[in-house]
Order: sequence, then C-alpha cells, then structure tokens
Amino acid sequence: MQASTTPSKTDTTPKPVVSRRLDRMFLALSDVASFVGQFFKEVFVPPYEGKEIVRQCYEVGVRSLPLISLTGFITGIVFTNQSRPSLATFGATSWLPSLISIALVRALAPLVTALIASGRVGSNIGAELGSMRVTEQIEAMEVSGTNPFKFLVVTRVIATTFMIPVLAMFFVFLGVMGSYVNVAQNEKTSFMSFIETFFSSITFLDINSTVVKALIFGFTIGIVGCYKGYNSSKGTEGVGKAANASVVTSMFLVFIEELLFLQIINAIRAA
Amino acid sequence: MNTKKSVNHPKESVIVIRDLKISFGDLHVLRGVDLDLYQGENLVVLGRSGTGKSVLIKIIAGLLEPDEGTVNVLGEDVAKLNKRELDALRLKLGFSFQNSALYDSMTVRENLEFPLIRNVRNLSRSDIDKAVEQALEDVGLSQTINQMPSQLSGGQRKRIGIARTLILKPEIMLYDEPTAGLDPITSNEINNLINEVQERHNTSSIIITHDLTCAKTVGDRIAMLLDGRFERQGTFEEVFEDSNDERAKQFYEYNFVN
Repeated sequence: MQASTTPSKTDTTPKPVVSRRLDRMFLALSDVASFVGQFFKEVFVPPYEGKEIVRQCYEVGVRSLPLISLTGFITGIVFTNQSRPSLATFGATSWLPSLISIALVRALAPLVTALIASGRVGSNIGAELGSMRVTEQIEAMEVSGTNPFKFLVVTRVIATTFMIPVLAMFFVFLGVMGSYVNVAQNEKTSFMSFIETFFSSITFLDINSTVVKALIFGFTIGIVGCYKGYNSSKGTEGVGKAANASVVTSMFLVFIEELLFLQIINAIRAA
Repeated sequence: MNTKKSVNHPKESVIVIRDLKISFGDLHVLRGVDLDLYQGENLVVLGRSGTGKSVLIKIIAGLLEPDEGTVNVLGEDVAKLNKRELDALRLKLGFSFQNSALYDSMTVRENLEFPLIRNVRNLSRSDIDKAVEQALEDVGLSQTINQMPSQLSGGQRKRIGIARTLILKPEIMLYDEPTAGLDPITSNEINNLINEVQERHNTSSIIITHDLTCAKTVGDRIAMLLDGRFERQGTFEEVFEDSNDERAKQFYEYNFVN
C-alpha cells in the first residue's frame, strides 16, 4: 500500500520555530492588509462623520501644536548653533540659512513631527481604542447601529493624515524662527536677508515632497495606532501593549518610509 | 427575598434558537442550545463563569457568528441578514453590557443622545432633549445629565447603560450580568429597574447572571446552562427548590447557604 503524503489530522509533530514565526508574520500581514483595505472601502462611503473628523483634527492638530512649536523652535536654534563651527572653518557662515532650510524642509520637519506624533498621537489612539475594546464600548457602538470602524478608525486616520503635514509646516515655521534668533544674535543678519536666502535654497519639489511624505507618515501613524488599539487583546495589559506597539511600530515604519522616500526623491532629482 | 410572580404570557416567541453550537479553538462552549424567549417575559440564563452565557447573547445580537444552528429574532434569521438589515434589527434590541460600556469621552447626555441622533431622522433639539430627560427619569438619574461616566458609581453606570438602550424603545432587552460587582442594595435597585422596564415598556428580556437573588427577583423563567446546553428550564422553584439535580443544588447552595 502506498503511504499517504498528506499529514494526517493526528500528526502532532511540532513545526520548526522559524516556520511558526513565518506563519504568524504572514497572518499578521494579511490582517493588516485587510484592515487597510477596509479603511479604503469605508472612507468613500457615506455617512462621512464630518463632525467626528473635525473633533479628531482638533485632537491631533491643535492639541499637538504646543509640543510641535517648542520642538521646532528649539531644533532651529540647536541645529543652527551646531552647524556654525563647521561652516565657520570655511568662512561660510552666510550659508547657514540655506543649510537650515534644506535640513528643515527636506528632512527634519516631516521626520521629527512624525516621531513626536507617533509618541503623542499614536499612543493616544492605541490606548483609547484598546480601552474601548476592553470595556466593550466598540461592541456597544455596533449594537446601537453605528459602524465603529467608520466612526473610530476612519475619522482618526483621516485626521492624522491631514494634520501631520500641517504640523510639519508649522514645525518649519517655528524652526526658521528659532534659527533666525540664533543667526541674528551671532551674524547680525537682517530678517529679510535671512528669509530670502532661506527660500532661495529650496525648490517646489522640496516642499511638495515634504507634504507628500508628511501625508504618508500621518496615514501610517493613524492606521498603526488604530490597528493596534482596535485589535487589542482583552484586559488592561492589552491596552498598555496596544499603546506601546503603536509607538514602536509607527516610529519604525516612519524611518523605513523616510529611507524609501529619500531614494525616490533622489531618483526624481537625477532624472 | 421576593420571588417574582410569573407573568401569564401568550406563547408567542420573539427569539427562537435551535441547535446552536460555537467553539473557540478546542473549547466547545455551546454544544447545541435550544431556547425560546416569549413575548413579555423575563428569561434568566444562569450558569457558571465561562459556560458561554455572554457568548449566547452576543450571538443573538449578531456580534458573534455561531458555528452551527439558527437564531431567529423577531421572525428574522440573524445569519441571513446583510449589514443594513442587521443594523435595523439591532435597533429593536437593547444590549446592556456587563461593564455598562458607556463612552468615556462623552457626558451622560451625549451617551444617551448618541444612538438617537444616529438612528432617528428629523429629530429636533427639543425632541432629543425630551427623550434624554425621559430616559434619565426612568432610571432615576436626572441629576447626572452633565456628568462624565468616570464621575458615576458602578450602580449609576449600570442605570445609565440601561437608559441608553431604552432610548430607542427596544422590543427585546439583553442584560449581561446586570448585578455583577454591585453591593446587595444597589443590586436590588437594578433588579427592580429590570422589572420596571418590563412592565413599563412591555419588553421581553434575557438576563444573563450567576446571581440567584437576581434570578429569583426578575425571572419569569430560568434556564440553566450546563455543559454547553440548557439542561434545566422552568420557574425558579422548578429549577432549584424542587430539583434533585446535583449541579443545580450545588449552584443554589453556594449562592444561598455558603
């Protein structure tokens, strides 16, 4: 009799660790893909939850402003101060505004804003939705005839996607102010001259790519926070884990996206 | 302790469950449940923790899908409903959650308005205010209208949770552990409220609990979940006091004797 090649139901041989981890990883990826798919399915279908989107934009945008403002201003001062000695070696301190503009607009503003938002907004979303899951608030919403995915997830992802670019632009503005304070103290440059040099060094592509990058970062922070919170396991431990995983995963993805985006923009510039 | 007088209900079923089975991995929770809920009655589902009592009402509300069996609510097979039909059916069900499930970020008023605004069209501001005030008055908590859920006691949260479900005037109420974690006096208040809801709104209710005082006070009929099936059904006396079933006796003794 020919032996069967298919494993029997009673075959209890454990799978190798690598195989189990790969299984888990692919399952998790398919889960994330279906979550993102559901977002795009729901986002274009009414009702659009406009009031809740405005409330979430306020939570994400306005409430993050003080932190972003302070960080942007300090980054401008520190970056200018730290760059000065290198430029002074070549007698090129007049290039400081150009250097600051390129650094702020191309890299620092979207990246630092996204990292701060991962910590403040991402963890908040993860913990809030996780807590709602644990205390059955999401199920309560569902039985009262409200689509919780649309009300909780879609609104938050839209808010982070559109508010992170706004915050990044605000970061640029405050960074410029901080930088000018430092330059004005040391080089006695006039404000108009500083601004003129600042804008002469950046292109339309720089600003566009920053906005697009910030949109992608915002979407990532929103979707990761919502995914972790919405699918958090039962119990208070799950809430903590959801908040923590939201921050760690979104920060990691933001860096990966930054790297990929850099390659794409460099390719566009070279073309 | 008061024993509830049995309601003489006409035998019209509002929920019919047949051969319901559900497993979570290797754990077979419900192994063939048959149950009828009749119009206007309070049916208490008793059972030990982890026997699938909450799972049962979550299946009725369409929050969980069973592996096998049928659940018919108000003449509609829950499994065959699309999303829109299920949402419409859910508006006829009031679900009172174990932890009340009040929305933490909203005031009591906003909690009560939430299902109303989203499901009833063309309501004026004064209609909404009137409905909210009436629902709060029904549960005796008008003074909490502008408070946040975090400012309420456990008993108050339960009452507000019930008020939120009542605001849509449901035909069927599903209570998940309504007296869990409450002191005996507050538990008694909740039990009385469940009876008032039944009398005032003519609702049919399933009350999930393992509190025999609650079962005796509110239940027209008791169904005891044992090993994933309803092995004993009847009045409180039939299930416990006149019973020779060891498991029922054990349940009774641990509640009242120990």
